[in-house]
Amino acid sequence: MDSYSTIRKIQEGLLHREYSCEELTKSYLDAIERDNQILNSYVTVTPQEAFSAAKRVDQKIAAGKPLSPLEGVPMTLKDNLSTNKIPTTCCSKILSGYTPIYDAAVWETLKAQNAILLGKTNMDEFAMGSTCETSCYGGAKNPHDLKRVPGGSSGGGASAVCANLAAYALGSDTGGSIRQPASFCGVVGLKPTYGAVSRYGLIAFASSFDQIGPIAGCAEDAALVFDAISSYDERDSTCSGRKGAPCAESLNQSIKGMKIGIPKEYYEGLRPGVQKALEDAQKTYQELGCKLIPLALPELQYALPVYYILACAEASSNLGRYDGIRYGYKTERYNDLNEMICKTRSEGFGAEVQRRILLGTYVLSSGYYDAYYKKAQILRGKIVDAFQSAFQKCDIILAPTVPVTALPQHYSSNAVDNYRTDICTVPVNIAGLPGISVPCGKDEDNMPVGMQLIGKKFGEATILRAAHQYEKAARDTVFCPVKMGVEK
Amino acid sequence: MSQYELVVGLETHVELATKTKIFCSCTTQFGGEPNTHCCPICIGLPGTLPKLNQKVVEYAIMAGLSTHCEIAEESKMDRKNYVYPDLPKAYQISQYDQPLCKNGYLDLSDGRRIRILRIHIEEDAGKLVHSRGNTYVDYNRGGVPLIEIVTEPDFRTVDEVREYVEKIQSIMRYIGISDCKMQEGSVRCDVNISTREKGAKNLGTRTEIKNMNSINFITKAVEYEFARQIDLLEAGKEVTQETRRYDETNDCTEGMRGKEDAQDYRYFRDPDLVTIHVPKEKIAELKALLPEPEEDKFHRYTEEYQISEADAKNLLRYRRCWQYFDQASEGIQNKKALASCILGQIFRRLESDSAKEAFEINVTPKHLHELIKLLDDGKIRMNLVKSTLEKMLDTGKPAADFLSEKDLAGISDEDLQRLCKEAIEKNPNAAKDYLGGKEKAIKALVGFVMKSTHGRADAQKAETTLVNLFKN
Repeated sequence: MDSYSTIRKIQEGLLHREYSCEELTKSYLDAIERDNQILNSYVTVTPQEAFSAAKRVDQKIAAGKPLSPLEGVPMTLKDNLSTNKIPTTCCSKILSGYTPIYDAAVWETLKAQNAILLGKTNMDEFAMGSTCETSCYGGAKNPHDLKRVPGGSSGGGASAVCANLAAYALGSDTGGSIRQPASFCGVVGLKPTYGAVSRYGLIAFASSFDQIGPIAGCAEDAALVFDAISSYDERDSTCSGRKGAPCAESLNQSIKGMKIGIPKEYYEGLRPGVQKALEDAQKTYQELGCKLIPLALPELQYALPVYYILACAEASSNLGRYDGIRYGYKTERYNDLNEMICKTRSEGFGAEVQRRILLGTYVLSSGYYDAYYKKAQILRGKIVDAFQSAFQKCDIILAPTVPVTALPQHYSSNAVDNYRTDICTVPVNIAGLPGISVPCGKDEDNMPVGMQLIGKKFGEATILRAAHQYEKAARDTVFCPVKMGVEK
Repeated sequence: MSQYELVVGLETHVELATKTKIFCSCTTQFGGEPNTHCCPICIGLPGTLPKLNQKVVEYAIMAGLSTHCEIAEESKMDRKNYVYPDLPKAYQISQYDQPLCKNGYLDLSDGRRIRILRIHIEEDAGKLVHSRGNTYVDYNRGGVPLIEIVTEPDFRTVDEVREYVEKIQSIMRYIGISDCKMQEGSVRCDVNISTREKGAKNLGTRTEIKNMNSINFITKAVEYEFARQIDLLEAGKEVTQETRRYDETNDCTEGMRGKEDAQDYRYFRDPDLVTIHVPKEKIAELKALLPEPEEDKFHRYTEEYQISEADAKNLLRYRRCWQYFDQASEGIQNKKALASCILGQIFRRLESDSAKEAFEINVTPKHLHELIKLLDDGKIRMNLVKSTLEKMLDTGKPAADFLSEKDLAGISDEDLQRLCKEAIEKNPNAAKDYLGGKEKAIKALVGFVMKSTHGRADAQKAETTLVNLFKN
């Protein structure tokens, strides 16, 4: 299993007995053992879990039973998705030693289909960051250039898929955490509509923004995974599940005549290589018979402050429960309860998480609530409205995923500099829309560039179709896994 | 007594009697080994999400309708953030600025109206258990649904406070949304107390006494706090706004934290929960489910049925009890006798409060109805009703199994005539006394008739027959 295979090809190989599921699993685990010391994509590897599922799949194949769409396919979960009896730490010291006693809804679904869980992947601590460097296990690396970050927060998943250490990964996206690392690593990342996938079991960062989605090698794989995980779940009151038929069914429909919005605000301040790749992508779509519609979305100037105020406010409340009393890290020496909680949190949370808790606590405090939180909520509504009227003029929006390509390690110690690279991804989370990042070329340093397709609410089928059609047309941009040990 | 006036406002927390907790499907049952009525959701494990129990919404609306509140067609849940070990998420899910019910009232017997500002739903916290120098947390109570009923500062006397708390409990129990067991903490009050000169328009600075679960302590605490505040004012000092605790052993209140330490709860809408929509039809549906207002029922029992006020109150105290009474008494003339059977023989077998609450007895309402019907029809007398009921309670069998034809035959008019004559003959002294003007002497003769019929005769009828015999 040296070369990259799509989910369908992997399953064909299984069904044609080219390899057993156990052999397939072993080849992935061997690759992880070989390459993870370089990449640090995985923080937990789960061979037992993987092999026992693989055995079940082999038995099914031997019995001549058909496989479900993701059955027997090796994959990975971000370390903020709860897995029963398997450590789930959000790559934070404060959750060291914590092992959930239940499965996240998405994992429950995939486990029932005998997905092969290879392990849990690296991330920025509590998904707060865009470099993967705030992980308490140290950052993951970008397989395209080991001196660069894979992006974040789902950096481990993106780098694993990029280096073919998993066929696909589940990540979470609060402000770009699936799309941005997908863009940096040259893979596909889908952030579904808010409410399309159950959040039950996803350890919350910002509940009204968080959404689970796939990182995969191509749009078709992303569609297959999304179709599998987007079912209604009564445990998540905000989840309604996918609307309409499975997205994978309509990927081959023509996109001729599709209206693609080009909001000029998204194209400001792009690195030249990114600019060029996006212009090429626009041309490709025109060649496919799509119509480009120039748009203006001036409301986007508020996106970053709105996002950071609201997401931090929610985070400050969501992260209040980590106090050392029931699970996870607990400080060693203390005199009373108050000191125990203070020291546990000061020692257990990293600097970026503490910064966001403080910011969030501040904007919710009495006397500041109206000036920050309330105002940000109002502006959130304006951004929602702006997208809604934009979608009266177009079917999807085409924008860069990030204004830059993968950044060097330790790029900036200035938090605001890092926050700025989220400018193209956060609006989608603010408005609860689906967005997908698709590789669309390389920059002058040969680093991958990602383009972002944004859809209407529950319009995953449309952006996945547009992504798939693009992949077919622009074959030179198609994902090809980076081989570690060769390129190193 | 003085020129000072007491001003009190109450926040009453009532535990709802839903079977499951407010955001998960754990049982709400009281007690149980520590941390056995828990799941990942109610202990707030990372990644879990709350799911609002619709029964909680319905019960809270019923509470609102019973206290003349407006019901919000749209409301939401908010997070109240504070850190305490019994609160596993570090926030309580409650309602802040859009409560489910608002602007209601409750009238007191002195004619004063206590305005109810709002009723909202929220989750209860766990409990700290102190043992041998250690502190443990029991999350069994965590996530049990509560309503908080907030009044305006409308109380002027301790008696009003007492009556209100009793009335709230009685209403909630009556409509069946809470068992209101104060000793189990299912009703708890926070009391806001201030003092002002009589006739003053503005309110004085208030202190708050939190978390009291006994009416006696509430009244004692209010009395103590009122006196303390008067002392301060008399001495020219100021009352400081603070939270105080009532010390039961020493019967006094002591400061806990002042205004400057007041918590900033950083309320904001809980993003994990969606807007609560209560359509008008739903409100109407719940209204129809409510029993006849307790006051109306009370009047009917006392005025129409001639049941004493004390007995009526006792019947209405337990929901299953009055439901039983209403079922059994339909079409019965002598409802008073039926009530006395329930409050006498049946209650004697249901000793504890909770037994009366559960009202599990051997005799169906239909069987009791049949028994009392025999009384209505003059077939048997009250003493036979009582002894038969005992047998029915023992065995669960209907009255017919214990009454012979002779029991049911009653006494014919001729027989009664004959027995009365016999009574006069055999009791010449009593007869003489009666004829001599001692009207009471006739009772002795009636007693003779009753005794010789083993109580089957109608005493009233016997007396009339005797009087007539004397006249002739």
